Amino acid sequence: MTAALPPAKPRLRLATVWLMGCSGCHMAFLDLDEALVSLADRYDIVHSPVLSDRKVFPEGVDVCLVEGAVSSVDNLAMARRLRLRSRLVVALGDCAVTGNVTALRNQHPDGLAGVLQRCWGQAVPPADSPLPPLLERVLPLHAVIRVDLVLPGCPPEPGCIGRLLASLG
Amino acid sequence: MARTITIDPVTRLEGHARITLQVDDRGALVAARFHVTELRGFETFCEGRPFSEMPMLTARICGICPVSHQLCAARTGDKLLAVQPPATARGLRQLLNLAQICQSHALSFFYLSSADVLLGWTDDPDRRGIFGLIAADPELARAGIRLRQFGQGVIERLAGRRIHPSWVVPGGVRSALTPATRAWILEHLPEARRTAALALERFKALLDGRLQRDARRFGDLPSLFMALVAADGSWACSDGALRIVDSQGVIVADRLSEDAMPSMIDEAVEPWTYLRFPYLRARGRIDGHYRVGPLARLNVCSGIGTPWADREWREFRQRAGAPVVTSSFAYHHARLVEIVACLEGIARLVDDDSLCQGRVRARAALNANEAIGVSEAPRGTLFHHYVVDDDGLITRINLIIATGQNNRAMNLALEAVAREELPWPIGPGVELPAQLLNRLEAAIRCYDPCLSCSTHAAGAMALQVQLRGADGQVWADDRRP
Ligand code: SF4
Repeated sequence: MTAALPPAKPRLRLATVWLMGCSGCHMAFLDLDEALVSLADRYDIVHSPVLSDRKVFPEGVDVCLVEGAVSSVDNLAMARRLRLRSRLVVALGDCAVTGNVTALRNQHPDGLAGVLQRCWGQAVPPADSPLPPLLERVLPLHAVIRVDLVLPGCPPEPGCIGRLLASLG
Repeated sequence: MARTITIDPVTRLEGHARITLQVDDRGALVAARFHVTELRGFETFCEGRPFSEMPMLTARICGICPVSHQLCAARTGDKLLAVQPPATARGLRQLLNLAQICQSHALSFFYLSSADVLLGWTDDPDRRGIFGLIAADPELARAGIRLRQFGQGVIERLAGRRIHPSWVVPGGVRSALTPATRAWILEHLPEARRTAALALERFKALLDGRLQRDARRFGDLPSLFMALVAADGSWACSDGALRIVDSQGVIVADRLSEDAMPSMIDEAVEPWTYLRFPYLRARGRIDGHYRVGPLARLNVCSGIGTPWADREWREFRQRAGAPVVTSSFAYHHARLVEIVACLEGIARLVDDDSLCQGRVRARAALNANEAIGVSEAPRGTLFHHYVVDDDGLITRINLIIATGQNNRAMNLALEAVAREELPWPIGPGVELPAQLLNRLEAAIRCYDPCLSCSTHAAGAMALQVQLRGADGQVWADDRRP
């Protein structure tokens, strides 16, 4: 991958974010295997659930790969934050692109309360619960922020992720 | 005034989580809590869909161990069809499971936990994780990447793709092992074995040195342990019966069928986490908590059954100097021993010509309306329980996932580490020790929790430690950069 890149291209700041998905899109990214090592020749990984330990999403990100749909207030805040701080936002995989399996919970006739009641035994967390509220409906990324690029697939092929990253400048 | 410490997000975990420490008026720790903050609701939307779709749909619970859900869903499907898959198919499913455990453990050890286990406790976030390992020990890092790649490669060649393949079906699998795949596995096994040997050598040297104290004491706690074992009591990851031992090593239940699960296990819910707490009904909510996963499997089995893994298993137990190993930190060592078991198991299976030929799928119509399947996932025992109508549509589903079963243990391990690291009593405005965040996260990472699975949730990881007083007020809110 590195060999194909003109040496003059500037280094880019890459972030990856995991909203509500299964982590499969991140695993597909890790399936670049040793190409990850050469990725580091070109990209600084400044935020990633699997590749970095930085807790706060930084300013001045060039490329942000986003896995997953928007399902909670936390996801929504994160989506807005990453949009403000990133030049290019990539919806990585079907959950981010369309909602996919994550959005199947929208089908419950009683909405979120029905889902919580069934899966957790309570329809709403108590008022003093530290749990961030879930959204009534799961939304694809483009429904809440502007998305620059989409890479579909459940998950996308690792080779596609690699070629995408190699082509950005 | 009491207070709470929160860590949010917890990084290098598979899922969304935060940690809080709660102290009382006198500044004493009252609770350490691991909050899982997402929920996906798989149970709701699986209901109404055909059981034959479950291997594909439940795979989407988790991209790290989709194969585990597929195997468990297919096993449950076998029982709904009332068929036993042909021997070839059973061997192939086992091969797939071993490859999956190998890749998942390599991910945990080299990508997610290398900072905790290999690099020493560092405060530089850029040095924690796989790139820190690449900088510190490129040979080991590359070998680790390639070991995960080997496991993923076996899955890809056998099942068509690495993540969410559609090869395992109720009644068996879709195709036999091809000679080309077999040759590929044989060609790559020696390197995988060398990597396992190298990792064990490095890790054991640290256990004798810098990690000596952590190895014995880090998140040490008594508990029951549960896992599948083969008919002779040896390590098994599919086709076994459940065994439970206590922290003295006494077998408290043995040869249990997964069909006993509903009468044996109940699940508690707490308002501060979406992750449920399964426990053994007979012992109650507190005493009935048990651990699953690599540590549990090595504690309950009476041997592995292959030569190198058996040697490593004996040494693993001897090092603890007790009949069972109770430190949370030992999960890391257990993962390495299991990688050896997987590699030897894979070698043994591909040696067998029968995986390349014969029937791979038994076909039948629906013959039962309820079934429970079980499988050992990388993180522990996984149960799928389906009730279906006469058209095979799911009317009721329950999934009991490895990480949920370790939920109480993770909370106790946090508490143990917090007690060691925090200066007690603690008051408002206290400086939290720099080590605290790292060590609390590391306590959770021992369990390699897969939060995608456990709430059938998902998400990015977060770590913020929040210290909260008895009145709920936040005393300190510490976020790492
Ligand atoms: S698109 Fe598929 S692989 Fe990616 S997070 Fe969603 S379910 Fe998982």
